[in-house]
Formats: sequence, C-alpha cells, structure tokens
Amino acid sequence: MAFQPVILWTDALVYLLLVLIGLMVWYTRRHEHLLTPWRRVSGSRTGQATMVVLGFYIAVGLMDTLHFNPQTGVDDAGKPIYSTEVLSVFDVVAGPLRTQREKTYSAPFATHLFSKENVQTADGRMERIFPRLQYGGAHLDASGAGKLADIVQKGAIGAAQGVVAWALLILLLNKLRIGRIRDLLAGRRPQPWHVGAWTALAMFAFVGALWELSGYYHVLGTDKVGEDVFFQSLKSIRTGLIIGTLTTLVMLPAAILLGIMAGYFRGWVDDVIQYLYTTLNSIPGVLLIAAAVLMMQIYMSNNADQFNSLTERADLRLLFLCLILGVTSWTGLCRLLRGEALKLRELEYVQAARAFGVNHFRILVRHVLPNVMHIVLITVVLDFSGLVLAEAVLSYISIGVDPATNSWGNMINGARLELAREPVVWWSLLAAFTFMFTLVLAANLFSDVVRDAFDPRLREQR
Amino acid sequence: MSAYIIRRLLYAIPILIGVNALTFVLFFVVNSPDDMARMHLGGKRVTDQAIEAWKEDHGYNKPLLFNEAAAGTAALTDTILYEKSIKLFLFEFGQSDSGRDISEDISQRMWPSLAIAVPTLLVGLAINITFALLLAFFRATYLDFWGVVICVAMMSISSLFYIIGGQFLVGKLLNLVPISGYDTGLHAWKFMILPVIVGVIGGIGSGTRWYRTLFLEEIHRDYVRSARAKGLSEHWVLFRHVLRNALIPILTGVVVVLPLLFIGSLLVESFFGIPGLGSYTIDAINNQDFAIVRAMVFLGAVLYIIGLLLTDISYTIADPRVRLD
Repeated sequence: MAFQPVILWTDALVYLLLVLIGLMVWYTRRHEHLLTPWRRVSGSRTGQATMVVLGFYIAVGLMDTLHFNPQTGVDDAGKPIYSTEVLSVFDVVAGPLRTQREKTYSAPFATHLFSKENVQTADGRMERIFPRLQYGGAHLDASGAGKLADIVQKGAIGAAQGVVAWALLILLLNKLRIGRIRDLLAGRRPQPWHVGAWTALAMFAFVGALWELSGYYHVLGTDKVGEDVFFQSLKSIRTGLIIGTLTTLVMLPAAILLGIMAGYFRGWVDDVIQYLYTTLNSIPGVLLIAAAVLMMQIYMSNNADQFNSLTERADLRLLFLCLILGVTSWTGLCRLLRGEALKLRELEYVQAARAFGVNHFRILVRHVLPNVMHIVLITVVLDFSGLVLAEAVLSYISIGVDPATNSWGNMINGARLELAREPVVWWSLLAAFTFMFTLVLAANLFSDVVRDAFDPRLREQR
Repeated sequence: MSAYIIRRLLYAIPILIGVNALTFVLFFVVNSPDDMARMHLGGKRVTDQAIEAWKEDHGYNKPLLFNEAAAGTAALTDTILYEKSIKLFLFEFGQSDSGRDISEDISQRMWPSLAIAVPTLLVGLAINITFALLLAFFRATYLDFWGVVICVAMMSISSLFYIIGGQFLVGKLLNLVPISGYDTGLHAWKFMILPVIVGVIGGIGSGTRWYRTLFLEEIHRDYVRSARAKGLSEHWVLFRHVLRNALIPILTGVVVVLPLLFIGSLLVESFFGIPGLGSYTIDAINNQDFAIVRAMVFLGAVLYIIGLLLTDISYTIADPRVRLD
C-alpha cells in the first residue's frame, strides 16, 4: 500500500525525545560511573517487571505515532491521490478493530446489542428484540450458542501464539548476548533477568489471547456509537504517554537553565528567577490551565481556517496542553535545582575551576550540570504518573485534550453518565480505569526503583 | 516577628502584580474583547453591532491601557486595565459575564466548600497519621511492606475512580445517602458524608506513604536512639518523640493548604453537586465566563500567598528553634 508520511507536531517531538534518549544511552554506556545506578535499576526485581509492562505501553504508543496518509487512488496523470485521513501504523495493525463498528452499546463478548430495537421479522411483523451484532461473535450461529467454549478455545490459541512470539524473542536476544537460557529463566544470573523474562511471558500470553479474541468479539464491549472499547483504550495509550513525557521534555530546558543559574549566580539573577517562579506557583495550577486552555479555545475557534485537518487541530491542542502543564510544573524542579546549585557552587572543584579562570558558562555545563542530572532524572520519572492522572481529570472538566482525541479522560467523561442507566454500562469506565491504573502503577513502582538507585542520600542509608 | 510579617506582606505585592499582569495578558491581549464577544455570541455570523452591544453590556468597550478620549486621571482609570484588572486588588470582582455580582457569589459559595473541605482535611489527617504510625511501628515487617504496596496501588488509581465508584457503590447500590445535591443548614450532613469519605479515601495512599517517610526519617535520628538507649518503650519513643518532631513538617504541609480550602475541590464539588466555589469555577469554565475565572485566579493567588505566610508563622510556633527576623 502506498502512503505519504505525516509528521504531526507531537510526532516530531516524540522523535526528538527518542534521539535524546538514544544519545543518553550512547553516552551512558561509555561511562562506567553513569552505568552503575542503571545496573541497580535492572538489578531490582520490581524494576525488571515494571520495565516490561512499560515496554508494552511504549511499543503501542510508538506504533501509534508513525502517522501517514493512505493512498486512495490514482488521478488522470497517473499521480497517486492520498487521503486526507491520517492513519497510524497501529491503526493498520489493529485493522478490523478500527473498522468493525456496531450500532451502539454492546457488552464485552456480547453477541447481541445492549438495547432492544424494533426489527422487522421475516413475516413482516415488528418485534422488539435485542438485535444480533454485526461483527461481535459473527462466526457463531444465530443464537450465539457455544460461546463460552469458543472463547476458551480462541483464548488458548491466542495465548499459545503469544508464548511462541515470546520464545522467538528470547531466542533472538539469546543470539545477541544473554548467555544460556536455562540459567536466565532459573534466575542463576547476577541480575534478576528471569523476573523480566517471566513477566514478559505472562504479558505476551495475556496480550496474545486478548488480541486473538478481539478479532472475533468486542472483548471490552462497544461504546455509544458502537466503537470498540478495546481499540479506544489502546489508542489512548499514546495520549497518556505523550502527556507524561512531552510535558517534561518541554519544561526541562527552562527549569534546568533557570534553576542552576539562580543557584550559581545568586544576586539579582536569583531574585528575578525566584520572583518568576513564585508568581507562577502562586496561581493554583488548575486555574492557570483553565485560563490558558479557554484562551486557546477562543483562538482556535476564531482562527479555524489555519488548521488543515481535525487531526492536526487535535494534535496542536494536545501539544498546547503539554506546554501549559509544563509551565505549571517546572517550578518544583527549578527550586530543587537552585538549592543544589547553591550547594555545588561552594564546593572545591567549582571554586578551583573559577580560580583557574574558567568562564561561567563552561563551569555551569561541565561542573554543575552533570552533578544535578540525577535530580532531573528522578523528577522526570516521578512526575510521569501524576501527569497521566492529571490528563483524565482535566479532560473531565473539559480543559483537557480535544474531544476528538482518544484519551482515557475522554472515555471516562463519555461513559460516566451511563452509570445511571439500568442495567449499567460499566465497561468503558472499567477499561479506561484499568489501562490507566496499570500504566500509572508500573510508572510509580519504576520511579521508586529509579529514585532508590540514583538518590545518593538514600544510598547512604543502606 | 511583626516586622517580618509586614515585610512578607509587602513582598506579596509584586507577586500579585505579576499574577495580575499575567492574567491581563492572557485574557485581553492574547485574545481581544472582540474575540471573546464573538465566542459568546456564537461563531462567525455575528454582526458588528451585536459585538459592540455585548462589549458595552459587559464593560469591555473601553480602550485596553490608555483612554485618549477621557481627560485627567480618567484617561488611566476609564480603561479595561483599571476596571477589570487593577480593581481586583481592592477585591472588587465586578460582574460576571452573565451579569451576577461575583463578590456576593463568592461569599455565599465559600461556606459549602468549607463544609466539605474542612472535615475531609481533618479526618484524612487523623487517618493518614494513624496508618503511617502503624507502618512505622511495624517497619521492615511484612505488614509494613504490604501496607506500602497498598498505598502505591491506591495512589495509582485515578481520583475520578474514587468519586464515580463511591457514588455508584454507596449512593446507588447501597442506597445509603443521596448521590448528589446539597441542603441548607444542618440538613446538609447527609449530602456531606459521601464527598468527605471519597475525599479521605482518595488521599490515603499518598498521605500515608508521605507521613511514613517522615516518621522513618525521624526514627533514624540520634535522639531517638538515645531515647531507646535510656530504656524507653517503643510506644513511648514513637508517640512522645517521633510523632512530636515529625509533626513539624506535617503541620507546615497542612497550614499551606488551609486558605485554599475556601476554594474547595473542583472535582468533588462538581460530581456531588455541591454549590461551592469549586463547582462555581467549573461552571464558569464550561460557560466560558471569563470574569469569574479571572477573579478565581486572583483569589487563588492571594490565598496561596496567605498560606505561605501562615506556614512561616506556624514554624515559629511549632519549633522554638526557628526565629523569623
């Protein structure tokens, strides 16, 4: 299939982030003292398990970041015509999940619609029945008999596929460098890689089963307009990850620069920077976000013609939300860095550098910055989960992401009124909360491991 | 002490000016009053007369910074900057875009906010400190380990889940209390129970964990070791020494949020239909009532600064070693 790549703003920043992480990995691998704390991370069982879970989320998020316009046909001159619809690689992988829409609500694994409808029977009478779903369980016979056995069977096949995929991956890694597999799985290695490997096995089997089943059923039901909830939840992963990572990426330069400058130069520079962050800090975060997002909404509605497509507009809104969240969240890090820089500037090596006549910029970059990087890293990792949770809350008060963007907040917002229905439509809510909980829990546990590994103060206690 | 307080109050002035300047830029420079009017009147097909009339009604028809038409000081006072921004310093919030008096709304609506926020804070504090003390007492045992695991798990659950789940379980399935709403006077108690419970449960995870860290930090201090060496029992050490000293950071953490209790919780209030300042703000956001949002931003900043000042003062009261001068 021919296609035309599309790079949205957030995509570009994600690529930038990947490049930066790549550089960081490359640099760290060359320096033993930088590698040590990371060894402590991979030496922790929790670290191993959470990294695998986070890896799954990141994989889906990255697949969903590769955007393109599919080709719809050829014009008279033989040039390809591209659709204006923006798809991602993940949409292609998910295939039928995206396109198989039902009419309205249906429960997880249902074969019939959730609400009764008037249907004309063969002999021309009108009857109120639960109509059969168009796609969900369509391979079963009309009554939907034998569903349970079918689910178990399909699930087992999917899980087996997952296990095979896992085995192939382990073999591939084995080719690379990890040594004897039996030692690895039995935990006879200095690092607890076996925890990671077994977690991966469980995840592969689980995801495999879900994936196989989702080809035949709506495993998490469908929402009001009949869209598959499982697909929505997976699409929301990208939004969650973007909010959690890009927010810190956009605020880091300002926080680092201003923080160490305030601590290092002191005097009026310090006063100005302190004034800046006290002012920003004294506005309650939600209100500042609300004010900024309201203003952006006005701007966007009055300048609607500047945006080529809805996707582009939603994407810019997402980016703007990251920016404004960054503005409200950089102050904490800035204050921490200022304190640390205040301490560092009095240390002998900085004094010596100054005595040698090294200029300020060089001192900041070579002597101060490397020694505050552990604080930066810890803060970035700690902030992540809070930002993911904040997205849901902000979307609920309608100052979050664009309503057209898939996000857990939008899913909750759309489904929360349905709890008043009888019987209750619970699956959208549960799906969104479960996906969010898994990501945030993994991130929280991982950030604890990172903090323990990098914080010198905690290390002394042991 | 009083000299210090006065100095701090003076220091608050430039910060409030900064907040005010920021909101002014955000609300009047990024988007002109014309844009706002068009937004309110709906879309592009709005006549210029309608926009002018709307601006006239809401007092946005003046020049932004300097009124050349007016004479004397009126050239400065008869402007949007003065009418809409500088008057905030006098706590004259003016009228909302829907024509109601904001100051009066605020003075009415802060009581329901307080009625929810104060019990939530106090009950939450009591429960969190109790749990944290328990975990610290049983430190490095399985109880401690699983307690922390549960805390981390509770922290990872979205606050929306607690609210929706609480409403569904207690209000709908068990039918114990009304799902949402509010009543005047003492009849309000049955509407208050659920929001308070939800608020407390939502805070247990992070609160308990944070206080446990504070207690553990204190437990490793030298004076605690000396107390134990003297032969004091573990309970005595914990309650008499550790708790009292760890209360200092806890206290300051609480004092800083005290003034902000007036504003209440946006989420809880709007879910439970409490007519407090939180739901007031949310309604304003949803109705795009900029006058109210602007007033709330300013009020929030003032309350935050008061909180910081109270924190400093409470330090000197709680810890005699701290001197302010």
